[in-house]
Amino acid sequence: MARKPAIAPLEYSRRWSLRSIFIAALVFLYAPIFVLIAFSFSESRRLINIQGFTFDWYGKALENSDLQLAFANSFTIAFLSTAISVVLGAMTALLLWRFRFPLKPVYEGVVVLPIVIPEICLGVALLAFFARIDWPQGLPWPLNLSQITVSHVAFSFPFVAMVVRARLANFNRELEEAAKDLGAGEWPAIRDVIVPHMKPGLIAGGLLAFTLSLDDFVITFFTSGPDTVTFPLKVYSMVRFSVTPEVNAASTILIVITVVLTALAMWLQGRSGKLPSMGH
Amino acid sequence: MTQAIIEIRNVSKRFPGGVTAVDSISLDIAAGEFFALLGPSGCGKTTLLRMIAGFEVPTEGEILIDGQPMVGVPPNKRPINMVFQSYAVFPHMSVIDNVAYGLKMDGVEKQERLRRAEEALGLVKLGGFGQRLPHQLSGGQRQRVALARALVKRPKVLLLDEPLSALDAKLREAMQIELVRLQQSVGITFVIVTHDQEEALSMANRIAVMDKGLVRQVAPPAELYEFPNCRFVADFIGKTNLLEGQVVGLEGANMLIEVKGIGRVAVPAAEGVAGDVRVAVRPEKLRLDKNEPTADRIHFRGRVTDIAYHGDSSWVFVTDPAGHSLMTAIQNEARSTQQSVVVGEEIWVSWAPGDTLLLND
Amino acid sequence: MESWRRNRLVFFLVGLPPTFWLVFFFLAPLTIIAAFSFGEKVGVIDIDITGTLDSYLRIFECVPVAGSEGCTQVYLTIFWKSLWEAGLTTFICILVGFPLALMIYFASPRWKPWLLLLIVLPFWTNLLIRTYALIVMLRGNGFINKGLEALWNGADWLTFGALGNFTPLEMMNTDFAVVFGMVYVFLPFTVLPLYAALERLDHSFIEASLDLGAGHLRAFWTVIVPLAMPGIASALIITFIPALGTFLQPDLLGGTDSSLIANVIERQFRSANDWPFGSALSLMLLYITFFVIALQAFFSRRRQQHGREV
Repeated sequence: MARKPAIAPLEYSRRWSLRSIFIAALVFLYAPIFVLIAFSFSESRRLINIQGFTFDWYGKALENSDLQLAFANSFTIAFLSTAISVVLGAMTALLLWRFRFPLKPVYEGVVVLPIVIPEICLGVALLAFFARIDWPQGLPWPLNLSQITVSHVAFSFPFVAMVVRARLANFNRELEEAAKDLGAGEWPAIRDVIVPHMKPGLIAGGLLAFTLSLDDFVITFFTSGPDTVTFPLKVYSMVRFSVTPEVNAASTILIVITVVLTALAMWLQGRSGKLPSMGH
Repeated sequence: MTQAIIEIRNVSKRFPGGVTAVDSISLDIAAGEFFALLGPSGCGKTTLLRMIAGFEVPTEGEILIDGQPMVGVPPNKRPINMVFQSYAVFPHMSVIDNVAYGLKMDGVEKQERLRRAEEALGLVKLGGFGQRLPHQLSGGQRQRVALARALVKRPKVLLLDEPLSALDAKLREAMQIELVRLQQSVGITFVIVTHDQEEALSMANRIAVMDKGLVRQVAPPAELYEFPNCRFVADFIGKTNLLEGQVVGLEGANMLIEVKGIGRVAVPAAEGVAGDVRVAVRPEKLRLDKNEPTADRIHFRGRVTDIAYHGDSSWVFVTDPAGHSLMTAIQNEARSTQQSVVVGEEIWVSWAPGDTLLLND
Repeated sequence: MESWRRNRLVFFLVGLPPTFWLVFFFLAPLTIIAAFSFGEKVGVIDIDITGTLDSYLRIFECVPVAGSEGCTQVYLTIFWKSLWEAGLTTFICILVGFPLALMIYFASPRWKPWLLLLIVLPFWTNLLIRTYALIVMLRGNGFINKGLEALWNGADWLTFGALGNFTPLEMMNTDFAVVFGMVYVFLPFTVLPLYAALERLDHSFIEASLDLGAGHLRAFWTVIVPLAMPGIASALIITFIPALGTFLQPDLLGGTDSSLIANVIERQFRSANDWPFGSALSLMLLYITFFVIALQAFFSRRRQQHGREV
């Protein structure tokens, strides 16, 4: 059996001192989550000791009509706000990448602001805003989700803009010129050459926006009403008022969805990454 | 000679910040010729090319293509196509879709476009590559896709921006021949931009040598090489030996030049040259002799200071009595590791008076 | 890049929609609470914008303490507390996060993306759920106490009963829990910019310092940390500001005394129904945020001027 090669000076990752810190951190980060998931299978109602094994709580969670509605709301909002955010984000990225205009640094600062300021400020500001301008209330589904959706777009599209802008930074301008040289006008050139290049950025940005919307609590907390409860909001009220493993089951479902989505994102990235950001 | 297909009239381009990239250039490019814009980086050749293509707008002057003024005409409406330095082959489209793109923009029907695209691919010897994706191709193959894509539109002029700079030496040689062959078989005007004078000399019918936004000389390759009109062109094209001298008199059809380190020589008179001159001689016009050459050749005795071996030939550096270094090449004809000349040797250097170039700056 | 004039149509077509959204759904709401902060409550719902400074002054108000002579500046205290806890959280996150980022940086290319994913995945999980998960761990009969109890009993046995009975640590509903929760939630968030800054470094910098005779720790301090400074600076901002305005951790993990500024603001807009005061508090929070960002920008520029930023 061959001996393991000696640790080179820079191979810090093989040193046990660093490794143990890393493993400790992983334990710290994941233990609570695993415990939460474990309790979702416990037969006991109280969250003290895990007893037995059952899927009952999942059954309860899935049959809970309030949860179902909250779930539907969350997904609807996420889809709508992602769609709008991706479009707005792409436009912003194009604007900032392509054009010089007066006060551009100020504009760039304002675009980033929604993600920099504390969520609570934006949340209460939106609450005050919707109240002041008498935003229509009591609309039928899904229009009653408009308030939340619009708010989610406000803090999502700057993220998308950043991601897409990074992608545009390595765009070879000659591709656009070649398209024009071959007879394409302004819009066909954007459509045929720039947008395909943006695609990986749009996908990554879209998934980011989707997750942000699905997971959002604070801003949704202030812009929702009694009939427009989202999943995180519902879990919150369950946590506050009646903690049973049903909450754990619901949480686990959300965790699984998030992991699946992230995996999907990475898989898509891997595939679309096959198209190189070429210029040469 | 045929009619000018591109007329450039007093075109200047100034950029914000005070940079003058192109300084009042006037130039005519004839239909069917292979024309080169040659010069060091920063001389304005690429800017000029881009103005012809329509990607830059002249600050002054106008450009006409086939007699039509191009003022206000965007690139997609000009009867010109360009092969970009990075080739700019669309990475997300297949080869055939790339080549057919221009036809699609023209509104050509699908069947017809694909047929013509296939034909163009055949022309550049990439037949059968239609379904491949650009990232699966080599640099040289991608360049040919770019060529096919531009040629399929049957433009009046094809512009090429540094077409060979990204290729390795062997491929470059092959492509030089290939491009000339292509141009002759297709018959359209090619305008290339290059900083490599060997490329320009071997491929072009006529060359415009540019420096700092100005055109110094426009002529066929041989004329540029043998009859440069200024020091810059003499220096830029090929290698040259430059000596300092002064015009001291006239003698019949000859001028008398006092050359530093050599003495008084008589060379055929050159127009418009007076006072302090550069005396230029191409290296291959120099001859090395162990014995003193005849009086009809200009000659001096110098000392060999360096020999650079290049396999088929060697460059020999000789210093004249004034301490100035001149260069010549000798062919290594005999199959031997011994050089015919040795470093430190004293030797006679000579050339025919008619081979002398007299240049003001 | 071209001037907007060259292509006005495209400029306005791509520029107008995002601008509309920013103005209408971001700047306008902020302006409204700015206006409200100078207003007074009139009736149950309406607010009259009178230009009064009452709400701002209330922040400094000294509230009499029940059962004693003095008074406390409640709201100022909470501001300080928020700043302190956010700072502590940020400090711990960077202290722990940096070695983690280093570990990923030095890992072999095969492992790198996986390690990064492992650290970042919790970040993708819902904030609420992660905070909730901590409740179970931190309770009197939660797992941490159980673990400690096991250790205690083991040590007790070894010392023949010298330690006595185990009293569970009261961790829930304390400030400790809040900070613990904040570190737990923000740690992955801190690692990302630290790692990104390290990635931009060349291995050769460290090799050079080792080659010149520095020990590992010395190389670390004198070479890696200064070069990674921009990353540390952005990690600082990315952690501190959300921590400052965090709501869920004090709400779910803290006791009645553990309120931070976000909780106070929430009460003003909901149960207490004092929107002008809530707006004033929000604006104060915003000002502090801008101040911190300006501070960071200042130091960043100074670093650049001294040529230390790569």
